[in-house]
Amino acid sequence: MHVELYERIWMWAAGGLLLLFLAAIFLTAGLHAVQPPSHVETVDPTTLASDPEFGKPGVTTRADGSVVVSVVAQTFSFSPDPIEVPANRPVTFRLTSADVIHGFEVVGTNANAMVIPGYVSQFTVTFEQPGEYIIGCNEYCGTLHHNMVGKLIVKRESP
Amino acid sequence: MNGRHSLAAAHIGVAVGAFGVASVMGVLQALSVADISFPYRSEALYYISVTAHGVLMALVFTTFFIMGLGYALAQESLGRIIGRGLAWFAFALGLVGSVAAAVTILRGQSSVLYTFYPPMKAHPLFYIGATLLIVASWIWGGIVIASYRCWRREHPAVPAPLSIHGMLATIILWYLATAGLAVEVLGMLIPWSLGVVGKIDPELARSFFWWFGHPLVYFWLMPAYVLWYTVLPRVAGGKLFSDSLARMVFILFVVLSVPVGFHHQFADPGISAHWKLVHTVTTYAVLYPSFVTAFTIIASLEVAGRMKGARGLFDWIGKLPWGDPFFASVALAMISFTFGGFGGAINAAFAMNSMVHNTAWIMGHFHVTLGTTVALTFMGATYWLLPRLLGREIRLPGLAHLQPYLWFVGMALFSISYHIAGLRGLPRRVYSGSLTGEYGASWHGLTRLAALGAVILFFSALSFVTVVVSTWIGGKKIQAPAFEFASPLRPVTALGVWDRFGLWTVLAVVLVAVAYAYPLLHLFAHPRYGSPPLQPF
Repeated sequence: MHVELYERIWMWAAGGLLLLFLAAIFLTAGLHAVQPPSHVETVDPTTLASDPEFGKPGVTTRADGSVVVSVVAQTFSFSPDPIEVPANRPVTFRLTSADVIHGFEVVGTNANAMVIPGYVSQFTVTFEQPGEYIIGCNEYCGTLHHNMVGKLIVKRESP
Repeated sequence: MNGRHSLAAAHIGVAVGAFGVASVMGVLQALSVADISFPYRSEALYYISVTAHGVLMALVFTTFFIMGLGYALAQESLGRIIGRGLAWFAFALGLVGSVAAAVTILRGQSSVLYTFYPPMKAHPLFYIGATLLIVASWIWGGIVIASYRCWRREHPAVPAPLSIHGMLATIILWYLATAGLAVEVLGMLIPWSLGVVGKIDPELARSFFWWFGHPLVYFWLMPAYVLWYTVLPRVAGGKLFSDSLARMVFILFVVLSVPVGFHHQFADPGISAHWKLVHTVTTYAVLYPSFVTAFTIIASLEVAGRMKGARGLFDWIGKLPWGDPFFASVALAMISFTFGGFGGAINAAFAMNSMVHNTAWIMGHFHVTLGTTVALTFMGATYWLLPRLLGREIRLPGLAHLQPYLWFVGMALFSISYHIAGLRGLPRRVYSGSLTGEYGASWHGLTRLAALGAVILFFSALSFVTVVVSTWIGGKKIQAPAFEFASPLRPVTALGVWDRFGLWTVLAVVLVAVAYAYPLLHLFAHPRYGSPPLQPF
């Protein structure tokens, strides 16, 4: 196959650029465990009310000081609401849905996950900036999807 | 109507009709998100319009246009369409299916968006109608392949015409992609929507949907590339820079564009990070043929400018026929794709995706890629095709000249605004940018700018439909111009590795199996509960 010199240079450069992109992704994924929420765990969406964890969604602090927030999304609200967590401490969110698919996006941060009935989404974030954040549902869930807004309060830790 | 091309013309007519209805739905949404009031504005109307816009643009307009283009190319480049009767049957099937689905949407029974994620349930006719459209496209693909095989028997030793090479690749890709959709719709959604099955697993359905959903964009893009490679250099007055690389590009799309679906599911539970990373690699790989295309097409245009006497480094750009509506449409489409492609690289960037996932950024992104790169190419191609299909001169040429530029300006406003609003966190698919009424200060100005862009886009769409309709009914009758394809600088004359469609298809199937088998089986390894149907709309 005949390929002109300039085109050959371009093709190598394009390949190099893509490898560079992938290298950046692999390095951060490998060295710093930077990855999207990818937890694999299932739960029955039709019996959430009697589930030991999601029957009483809320914020719990484990013995080691880490914070776990269990959230149930349903049309058209999140519970608990508001959610109160400390600043500068790892917070693990565990989310599931009682009905259709929802989204959970803490506006202005990279805390952003799909909430799928039958599955538990889980990810850990640390909020450095105390204050009030909006939690938006970013997956269409019905007529009042735009009203599905929760509040996250990040509190400064008392020393 | 030119008898030989009545099939192609009928398909393109339906495509333009769907496009017209969808455009109205588009502007309504942008106004609603910007909290600009208009008569009958309501949540229900908003979600009807989101669903109708998505289904009519993404599935009906594109599929009918591509089928029409395929028939026109088969007729011109192969000299035949095998099975015209069957082709008309498929046309009717696709039309009936599309109308059935559209009616349930407009009646508010199927506000499930074009992604129709369960457990949200549409009217059963929505799924059945969509299935009929897909079945119609399968028949169409079979007819083009049969026409090609018939031609091949008469021409055993030469490569297929490039336009047909590209269409064949498109059709193979389409069969691979729609296999995933068929499993979801026939195996899960239709029985469940009819009450035969009580519960289905939403995550499994999503995975099959995105098996289909990303190659779907290549199903749109490849016919656009066919036009860029085979028609654009000719319209510009030049030659195709590289015939062999064009053939390679289409084959790379066949091989690489299906095993990439998880990059739409980065934020999903149920799929491990490792498999998402595998799909990240294939997603970046599938950018490669577009990089190659960028060089070949721009080099072809430079050849055109130099053949017209350009000497300096950049003055060939000014020699190009910017007043020709086909040329202007495609050139602007390509400029959009430069931005859209890099935006896509960000979306595909594994963890960086979390910043933009399901925000308005995504709307901004697919409107510069599909909404401009593909849609504007198809609109421009319609101006090129109509005289050839109908034997009529384009009416209102002034409007046709202006229309692509209007689209570009409108889309720039719309898309840039939504990209920025998305970075600031505006969620997707919201009836009101102020959400419950008290938020959105940081993006409200942007949603208004986007609405202005949408109004400009609407006028551009209206101009396009007006030109098509008035040409169709009142364009001056002329001798239909010939389909003139670009001649390559260095034509490929012998069959080569890129003509081995069977081999590449097998490789593509293997890659799909590798990319999906384990993660899907992994879903089955956990207790799965499923969801009953719900209709919160």
